[in-house]
Amino acid sequence: MKIHEYQAKALLRGFGVPVPRGEPAQTPDEAVNVARSLGGSVWVVKAQIHAGGRGKGGGVKVAKSLDEVKTLAQQMLGMTLVTHQTGSKGRVVKKLLIEEGAAIAKEFYLGIVLDRARQKPCVMVSTEGGMDIEEVAAKSPHSIYKHWIDPVTGMTEKDAAAIAQKLNLPIEKILVDLYRAFWESDASLLEINPLILEKNGAVKALDAKIEFDGNALFRHPDIVALRDLNEEAPEEIEAAAHDLSYIVLDGDIGCLVNGAGLAMATMDAIKLYGGEPANFLDVGGGASTERVTAAFKIMMKRAGLKGILVNIFGGIVRCDVVAEGIITAARQVHLNVPLVVRMQGANENEGRAMLRDSGLPITLAEDMGDAARKIVALKSAS
Amino acid sequence: MSILIDRNTRVITQGMTGKMGRFHTKLCREYANGRSCFVGGVNPAKAGETCDDLPIFGSVAEAKQQTGANVSVIYVPPSGAAAAIWEAVESDLDLVICITEGIPVKDMVQIREKMRQQHKKSLLVGPNCPGVITPDEIKIGIMPGHIHKKGRIGVVSRSGTLTYEAVAQLTELNLGQSSAVGIGGDPVNGLKHRDVLELFNNDPQTDAVIMIGEIGGGDEEIAARWVKEHMKKPVVGFIAGVTAPKGRRMGHAGAIIAQGEGSAEGKIAILESCGIKTTKNPAQIGALLKSVL
Repeated sequence: MKIHEYQAKALLRGFGVPVPRGEPAQTPDEAVNVARSLGGSVWVVKAQIHAGGRGKGGGVKVAKSLDEVKTLAQQMLGMTLVTHQTGSKGRVVKKLLIEEGAAIAKEFYLGIVLDRARQKPCVMVSTEGGMDIEEVAAKSPHSIYKHWIDPVTGMTEKDAAAIAQKLNLPIEKILVDLYRAFWESDASLLEINPLILEKNGAVKALDAKIEFDGNALFRHPDIVALRDLNEEAPEEIEAAAHDLSYIVLDGDIGCLVNGAGLAMATMDAIKLYGGEPANFLDVGGGASTERVTAAFKIMMKRAGLKGILVNIFGGIVRCDVVAEGIITAARQVHLNVPLVVRMQGANENEGRAMLRDSGLPITLAEDMGDAARKIVALKSAS
Repeated sequence: MSILIDRNTRVITQGMTGKMGRFHTKLCREYANGRSCFVGGVNPAKAGETCDDLPIFGSVAEAKQQTGANVSVIYVPPSGAAAAIWEAVESDLDLVICITEGIPVKDMVQIREKMRQQHKKSLLVGPNCPGVITPDEIKIGIMPGHIHKKGRIGVVSRSGTLTYEAVAQLTELNLGQSSAVGIGGDPVNGLKHRDVLELFNNDPQTDAVIMIGEIGGGDEEIAARWVKEHMKKPVVGFIAGVTAPKGRRMGHAGAIIAQGEGSAEGKIAILESCGIKTTKNPAQIGALLKSVL
């Protein structure tokens, strides 16, 4: 789960990490009020969306008067911000963060991630701050220092000293506090880019990005409360309510599959035969009538949908039960695009006969490749 | 022979009195030698009772002592699953298979570190996996038994249904399996592709292996490099997620292209460069394996 920068900074502040003073705002007037109460003569107006690269896209600007804060807030609120992380459609800006300005002497990078191969948290730092870390890794890999933390003992003073020394910055306490924030909130990623040294010698987290482990949210109701549904696709929110794993993609062939790996493989098969998948959808091992119906309803809402491929490997679940679910769902949603079904497993023949005799525009397929080939051909013919 | 489990394995179920544990223990007992292989369950609140005529014990240690069990399968819900794994590991079982999906990554990171630091002997399969099967001998987990056939092909995969898909294709081609291992879709797990490939390499009853991977992490790459150096048997591969967008979790907690790592194209290129033939057609995995025999 992702949160906004202003939320991440509030969380870090709670762990004792120094961040610039600032507050969120949803209207130009609110922005001016925040700036006025912060005082000073320089403010930063930052668009709050769940994507990086905001600066390059015009989502981070410096204001030198309250009038300028207002003008920038007017420009930014409601604008569609396109960055390398938003995709071509971009995101509409609905919230801003208004912060005090900072006199930056030098920028650094600091990230804490989980190293999957070593199965330990890894702190990454670099003297090349403010740039995308992937870009830094490609251009100057020698500038990145990695330090692995023993998850049983946590970050020790020795760890913090070793990392701080690499940046030649007095950040031992900040490191310990950041690690605590990462660990205690079950984060999967914590990124401070840039971490800045100010001209007066203070060190601050000028930006903050935190992502949380979805599996651990059950023990963090406070973090769940930070979820911003405006940042998520409405279909994905609806799917989640039905316990379906659903992700919107750019293509026009919907797919409904049981199992995450099989769902990805089905998307890949559609692509292999010249089509483009409209979504990832895992209905789970059970593939019950309720779930299949909910899944069809969500897919059918998609504008420009040209066909649906259902791929069910019925292992424990019986194919006749799945067939009944598909028929019920197809009738309920008034199916008006070609539907290709591939089912394999227990009671396969009964299931296939039920689909064949249903009177619905359903094409049966022999295997996953055959199904993908058929739906792409039907889509092109329609 | 086979890997990890056979007809002489003795299994206890942790979380046996829950809906899922009870249902699947029943199916596992109905498969091949399941009647004699499955010897009990664990639930501290129901110690001394029986469940479907299997004895329920208060702890793994007690169950092991009373039944001689050497393997545990875990269906305990996510919030308590890590503790259940640790209890089984502390009892020095040979193998712990965790089916549970949704365990917090932090819990797994701690368990794995403690297993390494204390040099625990237990092997862990999963979590978030379908389990392990040695066809016609024993099935431990949630996979459909009937699609399998005894034979000499090994299968290892991060995905449940994709494992079933590959197994069914093999069976259709009259190629039986020595063992099929689902290592699970979580970012932090026990045995990895490399470890299972090594077991298959050392198993005289396995002639060739199908390795199924997906986006996220770098385990398939590590396994491929190991295969190039050490594997004496043909390995073929399929990697799911060529069409998956960056930065999105595709169902499995571990299936995400992040920090510049884990794309399907990258994995496929490394597998091919290490001599592992791959197919882009998930319906042709079995046929690909047959072509290298």
